[in-house]
Amino acid sequence: MGYIPHTEVERQQMLAAIGVTTIEDLFEAIPATHRFPKLNLPEPMSEMEVAAEMQALSEANEHAGDFAIFRGAGAYHHFVPSVVNHILLRGEFYTAYTPYQPELSQGTLQATYEYQSMMCALTGMDAANASHYDGATSLAEAVTVAVQVGRKRNKIVLSHSINPQYREVVRTYHQGRDLQIVGDEADANLAALAELIDDQTAMVAIAYPNFFGQIEDVSALVTAAHDAGALVIFVANPLMLALFKSPGELGADIVVGDAQPLGVSMSYGGPYLGFFATRTKYVRKIAGRIIGETVDADGKKAYVMTLRPREQDIRREKASSNICTNQGLMALAASVYLALMGRNGLRKVAQLNYHKAHYAADQIDQIDGFKVLRSKPFFNEFMVKCLMPVEVVNNALIGEGIVGGYDLGKDYPHLKDHMLLCVTEMNSKEEIDALVDVLKGLAS
Amino acid sequence: MTIATETTQQVLEPLIYDMSVPGRMGVNLPDCDVPETPLPTELLRDDLKLPEVGELQVVRHFLKLSHLNYSIDKGFYPLGSCTMKYNPKLNEDMARLSGFALLHPQSDEAGSQGALALMYQLQEWLAEISGFEAVSLAPAAGAQGEFAGILMIRNYHLDRGDTARTKILVPNSAHGTNPATVTMAGFEVIELPSDDKGDVDLDALRTVCKEKGPEIAGMMITVPSTLGLFEAHILDVIEIVHEAGGLMYMDGANMNALMGQVKPGELGFDVMHYNLHKTFSTPHGGGGPGSGPVGVGEKLKPFLPGPIVEIVEEPTEEDYAPGYGLKMPEKSIGRMKAFFGNFGMMVRAYAYIRVYGGEGLRDVSRHAVLNANYIRAQLMDTYKVPYPRYCGHEFVLEGHFEDAEGVHALDISKRLMDFGFHPPTNYFPLIVPEALLIEPTETETKDDLDEFIEAMKQIAQEARTDPDLLHNAPHTAPVKRLDEVKAAKDLILCCAPALPDAGD
Ligand SMILES: Cc1ncc(COP(=O)(O)O)c(C=O)c1O
Repeated sequence: MGYIPHTEVERQQMLAAIGVTTIEDLFEAIPATHRFPKLNLPEPMSEMEVAAEMQALSEANEHAGDFAIFRGAGAYHHFVPSVVNHILLRGEFYTAYTPYQPELSQGTLQATYEYQSMMCALTGMDAANASHYDGATSLAEAVTVAVQVGRKRNKIVLSHSINPQYREVVRTYHQGRDLQIVGDEADANLAALAELIDDQTAMVAIAYPNFFGQIEDVSALVTAAHDAGALVIFVANPLMLALFKSPGELGADIVVGDAQPLGVSMSYGGPYLGFFATRTKYVRKIAGRIIGETVDADGKKAYVMTLRPREQDIRREKASSNICTNQGLMALAASVYLALMGRNGLRKVAQLNYHKAHYAADQIDQIDGFKVLRSKPFFNEFMVKCLMPVEVVNNALIGEGIVGGYDLGKDYPHLKDHMLLCVTEMNSKEEIDALVDVLKGLAS
Repeated sequence: MTIATETTQQVLEPLIYDMSVPGRMGVNLPDCDVPETPLPTELLRDDLKLPEVGELQVVRHFLKLSHLNYSIDKGFYPLGSCTMKYNPKLNEDMARLSGFALLHPQSDEAGSQGALALMYQLQEWLAEISGFEAVSLAPAAGAQGEFAGILMIRNYHLDRGDTARTKILVPNSAHGTNPATVTMAGFEVIELPSDDKGDVDLDALRTVCKEKGPEIAGMMITVPSTLGLFEAHILDVIEIVHEAGGLMYMDGANMNALMGQVKPGELGFDVMHYNLHKTFSTPHGGGGPGSGPVGVGEKLKPFLPGPIVEIVEEPTEEDYAPGYGLKMPEKSIGRMKAFFGNFGMMVRAYAYIRVYGGEGLRDVSRHAVLNANYIRAQLMDTYKVPYPRYCGHEFVLEGHFEDAEGVHALDISKRLMDFGFHPPTNYFPLIVPEALLIEPTETETKDDLDEFIEAMKQIAQEARTDPDLLHNAPHTAPVKRLDEVKAAKDLILCCAPALPDAGD
């Protein structure tokens, strides 16, 4: 049963070869007092029964197959071409391990090398790793790099407009270290960050776009950080980088973020794809797998994991991170997605996001009781101040088959009754108009 | 690069950038159905160095790349410590149900009851399997589970006002993630020697605990050990560390040997991580994603990373489904990543446990251990097997011979490729010379194991009669051995046309 192929005859042959009479004999080293406990789990089920039960569970969710989604805040509903899933379902890719044996892993290695390359192209950096768990842990790992580069510097300046969960993860990761993490009080502002930078500052991290969807002018801050000898980390949405200036052009030293928008489904928060790109001069300090080009014994071009002595299996307690398993298959998804989209397709998707979000913002702005905050340019997310609690708005929307915006008051008390709306290429004009109609109904 | 290599250089498959032709596109996108808004030109970039390739060309490219990989679907993959068992196809279909794959993680709890119910069940089942009080599914992989566990231990001591405990004991056979985790959490490693039977050296443990007791925060240990052995004195080890005031962390990467055989929580462990991508059949994906939930006893429950799923509304007579909600444990160490962990992996593990039930999972471990002991018994006369006792789900042998000087474990591994097998894990654990760590898993038939055994025996002969056959292996893989020194020296990490200063 299950996926165990043994027959009784084979079991007996194997036991005889080992020289024992029962399988239980092989467990004699386990203390007898604790051996063979009962597992109180539900009875086994056939494949069709499992599928039926799980289908029912899945349908108890308000998902993008049935609902129009206008929510982002760190996870995005984007178009994923059919090819992506078909490639991910190749057993040759998804049932392989980490490419420790490069002779048998050139497929994974080359696809990952291509992923690294395309992430460099997007971010304007010249090196990228093979992935981190997600955008939040990429940022946490960037902190480690900055502290190493900055030697004794221990001050970390974070913008308050970085995804709140990312900032929480940075604090989780670094609670055992003597670091000062500052600058991200809920009602802080970007200009004030520059004043926090001093000769103890290892890094300054900013979001591009920020959590509110806005594109902030960070040039003064970047200069201030560099003048003080601190690194500048950008937390970026990679889809926006198809259109907008690359963080490399804007002076970033490290670019991190989540590449979930590039071909990875929302899947209730994971698995996603933490990307990490930097300048070559820092590459020996970064964590995670890195794929490099080389040749085999016959001079054939091939790919291999490189700079391995940074990693836990070799450096053990001196490694800068313990990461081992990463998000490899999601990097393959991004690789296939970016190859399909290419230069023009990705720009077009980004433009669709921009135009649809701005159309939605224009329509909403005309409704009494709803005000779009437009002091700064935005990409595909924007803030709406509502005359009523966001929960009330969203309850009205869900009744019409629409998942509304994110309630910013949860993380930023001064933004009570502010909703963060996200509009992507997946939202048709009809969906946007339906959203606007519900809001109109609430206003009147 | 010299001219000579340039002229002889061949490629298996061109890079996607080499296939690029300006103007080509691999996807059909809709026209814009809303009035357009002018773009803020001063904020835009003027280049985007992505390739331009047609859809069929992209499909063929990745298909050809897939053919260069070895995988479980292709053949036997006895990579020790990695539990390369069959990844059921059903799991993949379940994870792709639109109600799961298309669910936004910021959905309201009322709109995610199916997902939350699944997570709640999985928490309960994992707790039952290992005998723990509570489980958090938050960690994204085994190493992150370790990190969560050690942070919990840290916060537990601090919460009691005990700030002197700054050290964690780690046996020298441990996986590299263990000592690396200890450092990340701000602790110091005390490395423990192993005795000649492959167990923790109990005398050494007693001595450290006596001398440094008040400084010891806890111990990390893998069960069965990375040598594939059930620690002979596990109850003593746990008692000694507990008496010194430390907590016990179990690296659960090897749970495939233990399900239904023993519950770590009942042995006295305080915290452990599970690898859903090993024991519970979720695929490795060529490097990831994984999922590394943590289970804890009563002491550490308030410190679990969050959020975790709880029942927030008890079922009523009209509505017999309980209401589930996400909660941050009272003294949580915090979030490990954004959202709730690698949910897609949880869906797969749920399907797997549902197929087996309790007795079925016990059977999984029984057969994993049977398969490993069978190979071990068949190879014992051909290779040096350092520890003369039954193994768990894996065992280690030494990949060298007294009468075949110059043949190393790596040569044996590479030669195995010519026989159509993936090699075992090489040079881990570090305490066995020329280690080959072999883990067959329960999903392989006796016939498959016999073929592998035959290959291993033949290679042992070749090592004596024709060692160059091994030194020059693999002969049939897509590439020969690679120049790793060159890779690290030249450091080519990115296709040239993608670089910021590449010309258009
Ligand atoms: C014994 C052991 N511990 C920990 C790990 C780390 O797990 P992961 O790769 O999921 O981070 C592994 C696997 O690589 C392992 O074999």
